[in-house]
Amino acid sequence: MNDSNLSDLYQEIILDHAKRPLNRGLLEGATVTVPAENPTCGDEVTVQLRIADSRIDDVRFTGQGCAICMASASMMTRAVKGKACEEAGALFRQIHDGIQGAGEMPKGEIAALAGVREYPQRVKCALLAWEALREALGLGKGGRVVTTEDGDFR
Amino acid sequence: MGNWEFGMTQRRNGSGRTGFIPAVSLRRSLEILLDCTDMREMRPLGAEIRPEFPVLDQMVHGKPLVYLDNAATTQKPLRVIEALSRFYECDNSNVHRGLHELSNRATAQFEAARERVARFIGAPSAETIIFTRGTTEAINLVANSWGARFISAGDLILLTEMEHHSNIVPWQLLAERVGARIEWAPVTGDEGLLDMAAVRQALARRPKLFAFVHIANSLGTINPAAELCAMAREHGVTTLVDAAQSAGHMEVDVREIGCDFMAFSGHKMCGPTGIGALYGRTDLLEAMPPWQGGGEMISRVGYDRTTYKTPPHRFEAGTPDIAGAIGLGAAVNYVDELSRKRIFEHDSSLAREAYERLQAIPGIRLLGPRGVRGGLVSFALDGVHAHDVVTLANDEGMALRGGHHCTQPLMRKLGLASSARASFYFYNTPEEVNRLVETVGHIEKFFRR
Repeated sequence: MNDSNLSDLYQEIILDHAKRPLNRGLLEGATVTVPAENPTCGDEVTVQLRIADSRIDDVRFTGQGCAICMASASMMTRAVKGKACEEAGALFRQIHDGIQGAGEMPKGEIAALAGVREYPQRVKCALLAWEALREALGLGKGGRVVTTEDGDFR
Repeated sequence: MGNWEFGMTQRRNGSGRTGFIPAVSLRRSLEILLDCTDMREMRPLGAEIRPEFPVLDQMVHGKPLVYLDNAATTQKPLRVIEALSRFYECDNSNVHRGLHELSNRATAQFEAARERVARFIGAPSAETIIFTRGTTEAINLVANSWGARFISAGDLILLTEMEHHSNIVPWQLLAERVGARIEWAPVTGDEGLLDMAAVRQALARRPKLFAFVHIANSLGTINPAAELCAMAREHGVTTLVDAAQSAGHMEVDVREIGCDFMAFSGHKMCGPTGIGALYGRTDLLEAMPPWQGGGEMISRVGYDRTTYKTPPHRFEAGTPDIAGAIGLGAAVNYVDELSRKRIFEHDSSLAREAYERLQAIPGIRLLGPRGVRGGLVSFALDGVHAHDVVTLANDEGMALRGGHHCTQPLMRKLGLASSARASFYFYNTPEEVNRLVETVGHIEKFFRR
């Protein structure tokens, strides 16, 4: 496992988050709940937000998936907790583009997610929780379940 | 067949150079295709046969490729690749309608392949073999033709919990359309064996159909097909065997098994993708309506009324995959020449060896039977998702499968989101099992640190 692409993909910070995800579990008093799934691999992430005054007071997630998917969900919750909805939406767009190499990734631990750029099939793993966030913020297509098989996903 | 001998055929290739194909009579080429395999050479399997598979000889991420995704698709030997290119280079033409030389050759080879496939699975005649795109299309054909005519509201369809999606969804679509019900014969424990008592009880409820997988693609379980079909017959239940994982891996004979339908794919047994076959009992096929309309399948077309050909052509609308069928014929010959009995011994001993040795890895959970199993091993590492296992293995030049293996309901029942799978064929070697065990060991450590 010395390949540099691979060590970019599975950086220490990713493995840490995957092993001990933050904010995992059900959120009491959630104002919005959005399940998201990747039918090709079976990954499932449900994101819950508690929004008050257009601000994300709290956020948690449940579900299961690969290390990339879990780490991304964990990082997402840490990144958006306490943020204004508008700010979180902007962060989603930055991540969405950045992960796919169409823009700069934000600084900080989230930048580690850019490792999937070399693994096109893993992009959806990294974006799953973020897509659920988008929907939860009312910025998505308004489907019952967010799915990576939606043509608009990427 | 008339005198179709042809001598030195002149051929012009792309560069304008005129070349000659060695004189081969059509009769001889049919003899080769229909070869009775009496002269079965006992060539060694494993390392020594690998040069016949050019794709295996390559480096992936700086390591020699270890291809262990054979349950998804197998590699193709030169013999099959050459059969395909030979057809396109020398004989390409449409079948059945032509009155010219190339069409005659194409037709003869296409129908010879059908005969060869029939012999391969012990079918009584070529007329019981319908070429399809693969197992999936074969099952859909039965559901849409036989099912639509003979299954109606309130009828029961019996499936097992270990079916591939391709033996689930066509029946769900049918059940929804006609108002039939589906019952699931349970799988017991981690060993993933079919609960025979439950099957017996379910069959006593007289389902219209019992469709089951011969070798389960995610567990490696080998179902006792002959016993199951005999039980079904006692209750007058029609049977369909999904032989996708068995046809090229063990001796399969529809008369010994006693099934009414059998479906399998060419690409999982050295053949090209896009071609497979459905076997159907003659009287059943004769009673079945067409499922797709078009050319090739009609007897007489009128503006008010059309009559259809007899089986198998009734079920083959449009131009078939001619080269694919011929390639499948070549694959069948090849596999039979090596002997499926030996292939089974080779694959399952690699799988058993892998199963035994993988057990030593901390936190591993192995799926499927402990005893006799098909040539594959599925496993889950505690706390590690299969896609991460597969990604890391890929970096070691190893092709594994990870995910639900198109058996989502079964994975859910086993309480797994996914599993990783190593599946073997006769060109895999004990050294590759070593690399598998070593690599999975590294992966476990990587995620445990």
